[in-house]
Amino acid sequence: MKPALNAATRVLSSLGATVINATARAGFGARFFMALIRQSPASFMRPQLILKEIYQAGVLSLIIVLMSGLFIGMVLALQGYETLVRFGATESMGVLVALSLVRELGPVVAALLFASRAGSAITAEIGLMKTTEQLSAMEVMAVDPIARVVSPRFWGGVISLPLLSALFSTMGIYGGYLVGVRLIGIDGGAFWGQMQAAVDWQHDVMNGVVKSVVFAFAVSLIAVFEGYDAQPTAEGVSAATTRTVVTSALAILALDFVLTVFMFRGGLN
Amino acid sequence: MTAANAFSSPAASPPNRELSEPCEPLVELKDVSFGYTRDRQILSGVTLTVPKGKLVAVMGGSGCGKTTILRLLCGQIRASRGEVLVGGQSVATMDTEQMFAHRRQLGMLFQFGALFTDMTVFDNIAFPMHEHTDLPDDIIHDLVMMKLNAVGLRGTAQLKPSELSGGMARRVALARTIALDPQVALYDEPFAGLDPISLSVVGQLIRRLNDALGMTSILVTHDIAESLKIVDYIYFISEGRVVAQGDVASIKASTDPFVRQFVDGEPDGPVRFHYPSNRTLEQDFA
Repeated sequence: MKPALNAATRVLSSLGATVINATARAGFGARFFMALIRQSPASFMRPQLILKEIYQAGVLSLIIVLMSGLFIGMVLALQGYETLVRFGATESMGVLVALSLVRELGPVVAALLFASRAGSAITAEIGLMKTTEQLSAMEVMAVDPIARVVSPRFWGGVISLPLLSALFSTMGIYGGYLVGVRLIGIDGGAFWGQMQAAVDWQHDVMNGVVKSVVFAFAVSLIAVFEGYDAQPTAEGVSAATTRTVVTSALAILALDFVLTVFMFRGGLN
Repeated sequence: MTAANAFSSPAASPPNRELSEPCEPLVELKDVSFGYTRDRQILSGVTLTVPKGKLVAVMGGSGCGKTTILRLLCGQIRASRGEVLVGGQSVATMDTEQMFAHRRQLGMLFQFGALFTDMTVFDNIAFPMHEHTDLPDDIIHDLVMMKLNAVGLRGTAQLKPSELSGGMARRVALARTIALDPQVALYDEPFAGLDPISLSVVGQLIRRLNDALGMTSILVTHDIAESLKIVDYIYFISEGRVVAQGDVASIKASTDPFVRQFVDGEPDGPVRFHYPSNRTLEQDFA
């Protein structure tokens, strides 16, 4: 009887500890977010700090984003042609490629790439600054690390990702053009003309932009929070970096579904 | 003597190492207790006083609560009981504005320097000046070079922290600590991991800068030999309590078992060699 009671006590206390830790982390996260918002005006008063982070998070992510966009656009054109040719609708390839990219793949894949490349770097950098007491040193120097370190990185990410998404979609469409028009031989006029006629600025392009802005807020917030909340050890920073990539990926995909439901209801009406 | 030639000047007259002369206390801990969790107290009723202009060491083994005292003084944590006073003002009751003003009067040297790794040595020392003053760049340049000259590292201004040796990094951190001529300097294990030459250089710099800049310094360390050369007064902490205190002469002559174990480096004594265990030796090796 006693071992069973002990086991039950252990399970209950473990469950209680998990709930308490999760609640404490959620509370810390909320306070962190409020502090971040409160300190944001100070960051915008020193735009050189944000520009530096746009370079780190955005410019240095250009190669991977542009190359991925190009290849995804090329694959879309190849796969699209396989289907469209059966219905004699190969002229619609431009529409297929453009809508797939600006509505879905551009915002989603660019955000996933951003989380892997820049989000993980932001988390690791802030986590290491915490581990090596650089954040504490700032605090003791009467400099708020959230204003000086966290906020510029957050806003650098928020500004960079929508721009990267736009470039991703642009490169993807160009990749589709290379394969569809230059390689397969679809008429260029039909490719661009149908795209121009079918893609709506408000409904398609702006909704894609809204998605990328929402993803930018989510990924940047996760990245800076995980770095700031990392255990100040090598293992802790490693775990925080992993959490950034995993949580960001799940958040992007879940948010994408929710946003898509609201923006492009389709069969749900 | 000024900060710019603190180390290169010939040995100045020996500093007054007595606390017996009347000096107004600048830093005071009154019956301070603190624990990160309810069931484990780090500090239990610590009382200590640091008079203005003095260099006081807080010594004790690893994990005895020395660094916690510095964190209490910086306002990074708050005492669960007792009062922490700096310049007569209670740190615990300060609002955000007062806390920032309080911290601008402090300089802290972290155990491993805590230099900003994405900045050059120059930018590290200029950092607090840029953050807290509106001085023009040429004045900041001169001030930074003066601080670097004071620690003998003027030639490293454009190097990154990763290009410095441990001793050099500690001296750069020391220069950053005194960047804004603080009223109170806090040193957290400044000698850890240094070779004998660097250790002696850092020790002498701490003493001379304290006197040259008219600071009040608190040195947290477990390096007894170096501390005895430079400090005015020593507090020994063990298990969160002040277990001994005195000036250098009285510490050297002390017969207190804790002080003797610490000064002589005995492996066992009041500070036990073995971490307490609930199991007996026979149980563990059965």
